[in-house]
Amino acid sequence: MSVMRYAEALRLAMTEEMERDDRVFICGEEVGQYQGTFRVTEGLLERFGARRVVDTPISETGISGLATGSAMAGLRPIAEFMTWSFALEAMDVLVNHAAKITYMSGGRVKCPAVFRGPAGTGNQLSAQHSQSLEAWYAHIPGFKIAMPATPEDAKGLLKTAIRDDSPVIFMEHAGLYAQRGEVPDDPEFTVPFGLAAIRRTGSDVTLISYSHMVGSCLKAAEVLEKEGVSCEVIDLRTIVPLDTEAITASIRHTHRAVVAQEEWKSVSIVSELASLIYELCFDDLDAPVERVGGPMTPMPYAKNLERAAIPNEKNVIEAIRKVLA
Amino acid sequence: MTKPAVETNQKELVSKEEMLSLYRLMLLIRRFEESTYRKYREGKIGGYLHRYDGQEALVAGIIPQLRKDDYILCTYRDHAHALACGTDPRHVMAELMGRATGCAYGKGGSMHLIDPDNGFYGGDGIVGGPVPIALGVGYAIKYRGGDQVCVCYFGDGAFNQGGVHESLNMSALYGIPVLFILENNKYAMGTRVERSTHQSDFLLKARAYGIEAERMDGMDVLEIRSRTQSIISNMRRESKPYFIEMNAYRFLGHGVADNPQQQKFYRSESEIEEWKNRDPIHLLGRKLEKMGWLDDSEKEQIEESVKLDVEEAISYAERSPEPAIEALYEHVYG
Repeated sequence: MSVMRYAEALRLAMTEEMERDDRVFICGEEVGQYQGTFRVTEGLLERFGARRVVDTPISETGISGLATGSAMAGLRPIAEFMTWSFALEAMDVLVNHAAKITYMSGGRVKCPAVFRGPAGTGNQLSAQHSQSLEAWYAHIPGFKIAMPATPEDAKGLLKTAIRDDSPVIFMEHAGLYAQRGEVPDDPEFTVPFGLAAIRRTGSDVTLISYSHMVGSCLKAAEVLEKEGVSCEVIDLRTIVPLDTEAITASIRHTHRAVVAQEEWKSVSIVSELASLIYELCFDDLDAPVERVGGPMTPMPYAKNLERAAIPNEKNVIEAIRKVLA
Repeated sequence: MTKPAVETNQKELVSKEEMLSLYRLMLLIRRFEESTYRKYREGKIGGYLHRYDGQEALVAGIIPQLRKDDYILCTYRDHAHALACGTDPRHVMAELMGRATGCAYGKGGSMHLIDPDNGFYGGDGIVGGPVPIALGVGYAIKYRGGDQVCVCYFGDGAFNQGGVHESLNMSALYGIPVLFILENNKYAMGTRVERSTHQSDFLLKARAYGIEAERMDGMDVLEIRSRTQSIISNMRRESKPYFIEMNAYRFLGHGVADNPQQQKFYRSESEIEEWKNRDPIHLLGRKLEKMGWLDDSEKEQIEESVKLDVEEAISYAERSPEPAIEALYEHVYG
């Protein structure tokens, strides 16, 4: 084990996989000479050279095409978006090509590409840079979606993503890049997709989340512990595939559930999770599922408005009180 | 020993055997396309149906000279590309009829023919769609240090989509061996080039990205065959993109729904007739006749053998089962 930052754990995953497999390469804006906008790819150009660390123009469609086409032809590209907000430029390549080529070809051509970069809200980045769009991709059959909450998972999930034969949407959280944690040194360490992590065990209510919001759920659980409320916290790690077994097993035990994420609340992952819980655990529930999500507004700039627009542990605590009432 | 050969515009030689094989391929494409329309009318083919009638020389002039490890991509008007790549016509027809024996096992249909074993990486339902993908395919060639090429066909309408420009720039920037073939058939669906494209000199646009570019007569398969030969061998040596604008024409409407009545809104019958006078199959046939390499009975023989291929493709497809219902959930993930 070594203690390192989330961003360093991502870099370690890429470094190990590039050492292991010559087909793996990185492309994106500022990933090479500039050392990465968030320093995730720092040092990789020097180590692997320009053939495998490709600085690109500001051309998200081109970047996505570079990754999708080269994956179809047998490479294992990692395309970095400077932020997932910029990937909106590349929707046709991602949705109509990367996600569907395996199906459209009857499995004759695959697309083992990873699309990664920072997602999420915060830092007064306002409407066009601060948003959580995983539900868009989760709606499309063909993508797998990973959103790590810890440095250990950042490494383990990214390695699994690179080795997967499907296109993987890998959403990091800019607010987690500096977070430190223990990370296994073993170059064969991976975290499998579709296996949720129980971050805290409890018996009164199940909190289900992923990415940065897991931290808010853990804080809420700590606060309520002092009031004698015992919360179980599930970190989904991957949205697709989804560990429905972990969700249902926990709810059969606690009989109450709160689902939380910093995305827009309507037509969202939390909506989908709530719906699934009703379908799978209706008879186990002692209270309606509570959803925590953002208000249906573009992200405002002003500090006080932004605070009101990004769900936090207080919103989770309120939701827990509701399901316990 | 010198093979019997014809001297083309570029002073390169195309043998009699090769000319006859190009003639047969173009005729196969034409007769195949005609049969797809009949099967569409019978309700055996669904979805959209975009035929390649009139543009046969664009694939016949290039694809047969490629290697099996080269890559070919194109848009939704893709039946001809599959046939030129050597995909079994039976598997193409079976795909059009949504059968388990289709080249995409019935998952793709007319717009998504694909056959990686023969280098064909797919039709594409989006006009500019194959261009960014070709950029990546070409990067894989360069990455592995190979001497293959990626040939990417797309239309004049695609040139107004952003991804095409991003890909042209990046292919030149990295020296990626993509041969961009602009199938300029004058119409983006029903919109003539000049009505959609303020600067319609496409060579100027490709050259603006630093890509060597030239224009060819899209009706003359021998011109295309001989002029592209050196372009492709140079690309294998130098790993760089190249751009060719094909001066071509679509004899039929955009798709089946764009019938002769509909076409009156945007083009005249006399224009269509004028282009049909330069039908690429007839042009090559006349040249072969002039050389004394094709007489009426040989022509009839080729026609018969093509007809048999098409009939066999139809019969095979009609005999083939639909995909098993379980296939619905197969191949969603890699």
